[in-house]
Amino acid sequence: MNIILEKKKLSEQVYMMKFSAPLIAEKHKAGQFLIIQLNKDTGERIPLTIADSDKENGTITIIFQTVGKTTMELAELNPNDYIENVIGPLGEPTHISKNGTVVCVGGGIGVAPLHPIIQAFKTAGNKVISIIGARNKDLLILEDEISKWSDEVIICTDDGSAGIKALVTEPLKQLCEQGGIDEAVAIGPPIMMKFCAETTRPFKVKTTVSLNTIMVDGTGMCGGCRVTVGGETKFVCVDGPEFDGHLVDFDNMMLRHKSYTEQEKTAKDKHVCNLDKKIKEIQS
Amino acid sequence: MGNKSSKELLEEIEKSELSVKERLEIPQIEMPCQDPAIRRTNQKEVATGYSETDVKVEAARCLNCKAAPCVKGCPVGINIPGFISKAAEGKFEESLQIIKESSLLPAVCGRVCPQELQCMAYCTVGKKYKDPMKSVAIGRIERFVADYEQSTGKTQVPECAKDSGKKIAIIGSGPASLSAAADLGKLGHKVTIFEAFPKAGGVMLYGIPEFRLPKAIVNAEVETLKKMGINFEFNFLIGRTRTIEDLMKKDGYNAVFIGVGAGLPKFMNLPGENLIGVFSANEYLTRANLMKAYDRGNVDTPIYNSQKVAVIGGGNVAMDAARMALRLGAEEVNIIYRRTRLEMPARAEEVEHAEEEGINFLFLTNPIEIKGDDNGKVNSVVFQKYELGDLDESGRRSPVPIEGETTELEMDTVIMALGNIANPLITKTTPDLEINKRGNIVVDEENRTSVKGVYAGGDIVLGAATVILAMGEGRKAAKTIHKDLGM
Ligand SMILES: Cc1cc2nc3c(=O)[nH]c(=O)nc-3n(C[C@H](O)[C@H](O)[C@H](O)COP(=O)(O)OP(=O)(O)OC[C@H]3O[C@@H](n4cnc5c(N)ncnc54)[C@H](O)[C@@H]3O)c2cc1C
Ligand code: FES
Repeated sequence: MNIILEKKKLSEQVYMMKFSAPLIAEKHKAGQFLIIQLNKDTGERIPLTIADSDKENGTITIIFQTVGKTTMELAELNPNDYIENVIGPLGEPTHISKNGTVVCVGGGIGVAPLHPIIQAFKTAGNKVISIIGARNKDLLILEDEISKWSDEVIICTDDGSAGIKALVTEPLKQLCEQGGIDEAVAIGPPIMMKFCAETTRPFKVKTTVSLNTIMVDGTGMCGGCRVTVGGETKFVCVDGPEFDGHLVDFDNMMLRHKSYTEQEKTAKDKHVCNLDKKIKEIQS
Repeated sequence: MGNKSSKELLEEIEKSELSVKERLEIPQIEMPCQDPAIRRTNQKEVATGYSETDVKVEAARCLNCKAAPCVKGCPVGINIPGFISKAAEGKFEESLQIIKESSLLPAVCGRVCPQELQCMAYCTVGKKYKDPMKSVAIGRIERFVADYEQSTGKTQVPECAKDSGKKIAIIGSGPASLSAAADLGKLGHKVTIFEAFPKAGGVMLYGIPEFRLPKAIVNAEVETLKKMGINFEFNFLIGRTRTIEDLMKKDGYNAVFIGVGAGLPKFMNLPGENLIGVFSANEYLTRANLMKAYDRGNVDTPIYNSQKVAVIGGGNVAMDAARMALRLGAEEVNIIYRRTRLEMPARAEEVEHAEEEGINFLFLTNPIEIKGDDNGKVNSVVFQKYELGDLDESGRRSPVPIEGETTELEMDTVIMALGNIANPLITKTTPDLEINKRGNIVVDEENRTSVKGVYAGGDIVLGAATVILAMGEGRKAAKTIHKDLGM
């Protein structure tokens, strides 16, 4: 189980991996995620979004950025290796209906989980306008796949190396001003989602965001993933991961995300040191 | 018989047949424990266990009462005088066989059962001393005979009947599920356990810490089940990876047992509850136990660096979280409880051990607000003082806030140990499964749910309860399943 079939480096820190997981593929719906743990005794458990699933061939595709020790170790695995522990699909699926025109905004790695959502909205008969953003051209991912399923694609980069030189909120605002937008979905870094929600708020366009918090079990048992939504505590792993962006307390969520920054940095640095050592050993 | 060693006591006991009066005079043998100052810095088991001599002396205290009142206090009706008299004779294997007629997890139950509220509460010896803590130490003897088997390496794998041709799915791998699986496996059914975590044992693994219940004991039970041919599917969340309906309609299971525990932590809805440094006891203990965060250099799971800790609650969960925080290096750990020591639901031994280790208890106190610094980290907690009022429906005096009496104390960590309620995942994804107001699954006297072929037991039915009750329920359900399958 969980045998890796394909691995591709999409950009400096971003990898795509396809592995076999027939049961998860069978159940997966847009908006859901996985938790992986590379070693059941010593590994940490991290949530990863599902970028694609193939029910016929029983495969799952993930796209991840090497931000910590576990994602770095994951990136070191190769086809025919297997991922020791994968549990999913977790979370509530995206609520998809035929609603008219939907704007889907994806930033950085957030474009990956957006992909199945765009597919689902399109398949349900909506007009889909996608806005995808990245720091620069090299960090853009899934451009072709997103174009395939969208009626219109707007690309934004911070430095203008591809598409327009703008933050994703700028075209989003213009679209809202033009009118005719029935719904929006924004997935990306918390700060991006926060500002997307602020952008659509005055126009009263329903805006769904997908939260990626610290998690342990992913089953509702620990409460480590909790966030404040509309003044109430919600568990991202079972009540989410998607919530009404106009109600999420992003500031608290961003703070909670930093709960273990010191420890995580130490773990990552140690891993990088060991890697350097290994490379030097090989070279010498 | 005053201050004699158990060796001296045993010599006297073995001289001649003892009268009841003489038996009553034998002092209770204390449980040997690691020194509090040392154990608060390690994860090793606190109580190190009786020696053979200790056990024989303690067992000699049993009066072998005809009416056996202790058995009434045991949720699974173990023949207590029976196993104790064998232990007194040094026939430890036979003693264990008697326990195993009724209990499948003696090494666990001997350690974690609240004996003083169960068997020991009815013991004639304790009645004589007017103190259930002075009763025959039934759990300690049980633990010894169970450990004896493991130490001799003679653990027997139960024989299984001929393949019945029936497939049974068991959801969860806590004590309810493991017991149901063992009984059903013995009856010849093909049993598969589906567990969300990559390891089996439920709360015995991720909740109760190593220093109270070594994981090797739980693992040994699981290994025995594997040898019996029980199949385990890990990383498998029923309700998501597959539903109960799938198991029955697509995968050909003839019956399903739900033993998913009460896995949803309660919070208080206080201002500041979502600040950094506030955890549920479940999260704190899972990081520490299951994911071994205590083993700092060697594992990846981080755990919060705590100095001043407030643990809210008065049950076993609170004691475990507090003692774990201490072991992870906290300077000061406080247990905050709304009522008084008398009403605390934790096992008496755990409270005592916690006190010996230097944990503070603040009674008649409850938090009303958690405050944080600019980085969103907890830096203090505001507490309300209480007094005891009238009896409530649980028969305990209910705490009443004393108006205007609040204090603010510096804290960097708050652990909520308020108990758990039912996780709605299974019930939400299984149509027609009847639940009560609290979300617990409703079953009949024989553990059948409202859905044909689906059974449930343990904390998901009882609400957060005990290991022994969960085990009893699992066994009862196994019996019903066997019967309903027409076997
Ligand atoms: C910290 C702590 C200390 C305790 N101390 C004591 C004590 O000293 N003495 C005592 O008698 N009792 C104690 N208890 C209570 C006791 O542990 C429980 O009553 C008992 O474990 C309940 O058993 P169970 O089989 O019902 O479920 P659990 O032990 O809760 O096991 C349920 C299992 O099901 C799995 N699961 C849940 N949902 C799903 C799903 N949808 N699909 C697949 N798997 C799923 C979970 O991962 C878990 O492994 C304590 C509890 C805690 C939390
Ligand atoms: S990750 Fe534990 S409750 Fe959500």
